[in-house]
Amino acid sequence: MTTTTSPALSVPVPRRADRAVRPARTPRERPSLWGTLILLVGAAYCLFPVLWVVMASTKSASELFSTFTLAPSTHLPENVVDLSQYRGGIYWRWMANTALYAGIGGLASVVVSAMAGFGLAKFQFRGKKAVFNVILAGVLVPGVVLAIPQYLLLAQVGLTNTYWSVLLPSIISPYGIYLARIYAAASVPDDVLEAARTDGAREGRIFTSIAVPMMVPGLVTIFLFQFVAIWNNFMLPYIMLGDDRLFPITVGLSGLLNQGASQPAMYTSVITGALLSILPLAALFLTLQRFWQVDLAAGAVKA
Amino acid sequence: MTTLTATPTTAAAAARRARRRGRLAPWVYLAPALVLFTLFLALPIAYSVYLSFRTVKVSGLGLGAGARTEVWAGFDNYARALSDPDFLASVARVGLYGLVLVPTMLGLALLLALLLDARRTRAKGFSRVSIFLPYAVPAVIASLLWGFLYLPRVSPFFYVFDRLGWDAPELLSSQWVLFAIANIGLWGGVGFNMIVIYTALKAIPTELYEAARLDGCSEVAIAWRIKIPVVMPSLILTFLFSMIATLQVFAEPMTLRPLTNTISTTWSPLMKVYRDAFTRDDIYSAAATSVVIALATFVLSFGFLRLVQRRAFSQENA
Repeated sequence: MTTTTSPALSVPVPRRADRAVRPARTPRERPSLWGTLILLVGAAYCLFPVLWVVMASTKSASELFSTFTLAPSTHLPENVVDLSQYRGGIYWRWMANTALYAGIGGLASVVVSAMAGFGLAKFQFRGKKAVFNVILAGVLVPGVVLAIPQYLLLAQVGLTNTYWSVLLPSIISPYGIYLARIYAAASVPDDVLEAARTDGAREGRIFTSIAVPMMVPGLVTIFLFQFVAIWNNFMLPYIMLGDDRLFPITVGLSGLLNQGASQPAMYTSVITGALLSILPLAALFLTLQRFWQVDLAAGAVKA
Repeated sequence: MTTLTATPTTAAAAARRARRRGRLAPWVYLAPALVLFTLFLALPIAYSVYLSFRTVKVSGLGLGAGARTEVWAGFDNYARALSDPDFLASVARVGLYGLVLVPTMLGLALLLALLLDARRTRAKGFSRVSIFLPYAVPAVIASLLWGFLYLPRVSPFFYVFDRLGWDAPELLSSQWVLFAIANIGLWGGVGFNMIVIYTALKAIPTELYEAARLDGCSEVAIAWRIKIPVVMPSLILTFLFSMIATLQVFAEPMTLRPLTNTISTTWSPLMKVYRDAFTRDDIYSAAATSVVIALATFVLSFGFLRLVQRRAFSQENA
């Protein structure tokens, strides 16, 4: 590692910005037009649907298909009211459900991953390699293939169509454990643990007051990963849930779109709902940007 | 066990307790993960495999409680799954989808990451955040947005084409729908992969190419000869994860279905699994198909990792 800047601040600023003040600045340093242009085209491509949904959500149902697609209108407040009144405000219930699934599921996942990662990184025991390899293989299991047997098994204990049916399968994250193991190995020194044990500290206390604080930046990343994965998940809740009061936003909006096929007036609600559902996660991304530095190969998090 | 052993000295007892605690401690840490792993990964897989070898035998007219019994089916379900034209068509479709999507997405992600890392490009902060933003949009919502943008009455592309007097391609027609769905995957995935590669690029010590730069090596040559080889493990892993995700494509075509009649209920292998399990109530055949998909994923993943000589994980198995 050659970076000398404070690691916590290294992210939003391009890391090598410090080079701009170096004397070895040659005339070749002029901005690259093509490179910058390609980046801007990429940004435009990625922002375009978002721009469209912002514009479309301001239109009334009749304007949606009649005015120019990127021309704004003035009906956003009505659309939000319409959406909020749809079936007694079920949209907001879907949002709350999503926050619950992603929030609680993500937190539980972090706790489980942190414990397992710490156990795998900081202890020598028989079977350690086997356990780790099994978990590593779990990373490669196509998660969605599990959804149907998970449904059948949960049906046998009567847990389908409950909050549990979406929460419980979301907690285990082999990739989270893999990351936590690497993070524990890198950030918790053995001699600190040894010293604490010599002082007679209990295991649980060593973990909560020594290991966890040292692992926090990595744990935040694991949380974000799992939070987004659960937030974005469609198939699991789609299979598990029948009662629309338990739906997360993805399943709810997909159902609304289906209704739009027969009653196009629903489309404005679908579009407004899509916009409102993007906002919280986008805000989360922008505020926690510095934790999104994921080196898959090293597994480490450079925060 | 006998209780006749001499009472050990307290110090020895304490030491043994500590040792036992030491032996037990890692398993206590691992317990929640192992329990959940067993219940929600291992058990479902085992159950799937079990179901894939079972079938329902209907006796008589299929009426009454005892008329339907579950029996062993041998490899019947597999034979049916592997010879089902719908399944084979969905596999071919998703294979083509992956061939279109994965190289395009990773190629663009690599190019954008290199440009973000290059010293002479501008607007980096803005571009990075903008390109990463779609990762925050669930596949269902992304499909919904693009689905509208593909509709001729909404899409600005059609507007432009119309003004120019050109014939615009019908993006949701059977001819183009695969690319329309691949575009949604590209939009949602390019930013994440870009960030992964960019993080790996930033970890390269600058000395590694400072000398090359002083020798007058161009930025492009530095990218090809130094940066890309160094971030190869990240590229390998992004490729692997993209491939696994591709095989599982489900949310995008499911969401687009109400907007077009070109997406069948068996468009992707997982859609077929879903249809068999829940529309046709044939969980046995669905189980066999999902086992086939899982095995194919494993074979592809491990084959790929072997092909690249396990470079990506080798440092982990110490």
